[in-house]
Amino acid sequence: MSGLGTLLYKEVLRFWKVSFQTIAAPVLTSLLYLLIFSHVLEAHVRVYENVGYVAFLVPGLVIMAVLQNAFANSSSSLIQSKVTGSLVFVLLTPITYGEFWLAYVLAAVLRGLAVGVAMLLATLPWGMPQMAEPGWILAFAALGGAVFGTLGVIAGIWADKYDQLAAFQNFLVLPLTFLSGVFYSIHSLPPFWQVLSHWNPVFYMIDGFRHGFFGISDVSPWLGIAVTGATFVALALLTLAMLRSGYKLRS
Amino acid sequence: MFPAIRIREVTKRYGALQALAGIDLDIAQGEFFGLLGPNGAGKTTLISALAGLVRVDGGSLAVMGHDVRQDYRAARRALGVVPQELVYDPFFTVHETLRFQSGYHGLRRNDAWIDEILAALGLADKADAYLRDLSGGMKRRVLVAQALVHKPPVIVLDEPTAGVDVELRLSLWAFVRRLNAEGHTIVLTTHYLEEAENLCGRVAMLKAGRIVALDTTANLLRRFSLHRLRLRLAGGGSLPDALRDRARQEDGYWVLPYQDHGELEGLLAALREAGCGIAEFEVGQADLEGAFLSLMQEGAA
Ligand SMILES: Nc1ncnc2c1ncn2[C@@H]1O[C@H](COP(=O)(O)OP(=O)(O)O)[C@@H](O)[C@H]1O
Ligand SMILES: [Mg+2]
Repeated sequence: MSGLGTLLYKEVLRFWKVSFQTIAAPVLTSLLYLLIFSHVLEAHVRVYENVGYVAFLVPGLVIMAVLQNAFANSSSSLIQSKVTGSLVFVLLTPITYGEFWLAYVLAAVLRGLAVGVAMLLATLPWGMPQMAEPGWILAFAALGGAVFGTLGVIAGIWADKYDQLAAFQNFLVLPLTFLSGVFYSIHSLPPFWQVLSHWNPVFYMIDGFRHGFFGISDVSPWLGIAVTGATFVALALLTLAMLRSGYKLRS
Repeated sequence: MFPAIRIREVTKRYGALQALAGIDLDIAQGEFFGLLGPNGAGKTTLISALAGLVRVDGGSLAVMGHDVRQDYRAARRALGVVPQELVYDPFFTVHETLRFQSGYHGLRRNDAWIDEILAALGLADKADAYLRDLSGGMKRRVLVAQALVHKPPVIVLDEPTAGVDVELRLSLWAFVRRLNAEGHTIVLTTHYLEEAENLCGRVAMLKAGRIVALDTTANLLRRFSLHRLRLRLAGGGSLPDALRDRARQEDGYWVLPYQDHGELEGLLAALREAGCGIAEFEVGQADLEGAFLSLMQEGAA
């Protein structure tokens, strides 16, 4: 196997071996959100014509779980191997920094998708989801996962301790994913927050992902995929520059 | 033929600390080389620079003719490093760990060689054990195995015997000797002179980021005493002047260092002539740490 292939395989095996924590646990958390919010809001909120609140909520929770778990995968794997020192085994080999980045991002995407699929299966008791344009579902899940997987690489390299990583997660990743239209349509927001939401790339990921299910969305999925793609390219270039410079890894 | 390792004017600074202060060193292919020095001398920093884990401020390093920056992929393929720290990934088995390490080097089918290393290091029955469940000594063996999966021509071991039991130490040396006999260049860092004495053809002594001595092990050891005579004189008498200059006192005993057992007779004859009665008498190995320190002081002067 190539260096890239091996590192990817190792990273996938790492979360797969503990799938109870890395897949089952986040699915359970998302199901709890679904139970609570659908119970409280079903009768009061209707975002789109012909789409019940539970049906509206499910894709939002799924993509949120995809993004959060993609971030968790690369960031926690990196900090763990930095703290234990075992990252040295990769750094000693001919693996290039580009391969290094790609392996961590692909593993993060696979973890995100695994959680997403498990989450969709777990919501089947609430009814078969409508999937109007499945291509968008896959595109936004994969590209959104790659954005957050890359963000996880940045955080995992930058953080020296677990609590720094937790801060990154609590003050950046959670607010970004929570406040981007998982639970509501931004059309229901006051004008100021609507404008602000358009500057949040995560809003486009969630909106575009939901478009794949209902065929309707707040903005065009083409605009959404362009914003998501641009975000990915920008973060990828930043990460590659970090890795190339040896920042925190090669002193 | 290019050297296995070529180090030129290498400097590295950590803040105010000059960790490497201009290192020049060539190690020929097939050598068994010792890198000696007290803690903080810069041994690990130098090895890390060779492995690309540390970026130097000045100078250049090459492994088997490959510059470690410009041609890092070839340089890393040629180099196997056993790190000083006992690092491991707790979530995988020994076999998985070694397969991954092979894969990182782009080796597809490597199981025959992996099995051979496992057997040679006494790890065969631990192949399916998780790293977290192994003892320190076993983890150290896995570290050695990981450094060897890609059959590197140059193998660097950073204090591999620190905190390791005697049995492992001996089996490790037997194995490393075999690798050297098969043509691998071996670089070993240690602060046990004895280890260097038994294994290394040539040694460099490092102190405060500088090489203070570089010679064949035999030449270097000749520069200080290998044995010592420890004795107590009857009636608390003193040594004759000729001997007192080279002796030192230690808890009521006189300690006389000497190079070679042939000198012993002369020493005893001198005592007899001076009329010194011997109450207690003991011959032993020189205190290597002490000899080492004196050499270090000499190097610093
Ligand atoms: N990452 C680092 N940051 C700051 N100082 C360091 C770092 N690594 C090593 N040093 C310092 O550099 C000197 C040489 O260390 P090292 O190469 O580990 O010595 P040795 O391996 O010979 O014991 C020591 O004083 C050590 O404290
Ligand atoms: Mg050291």
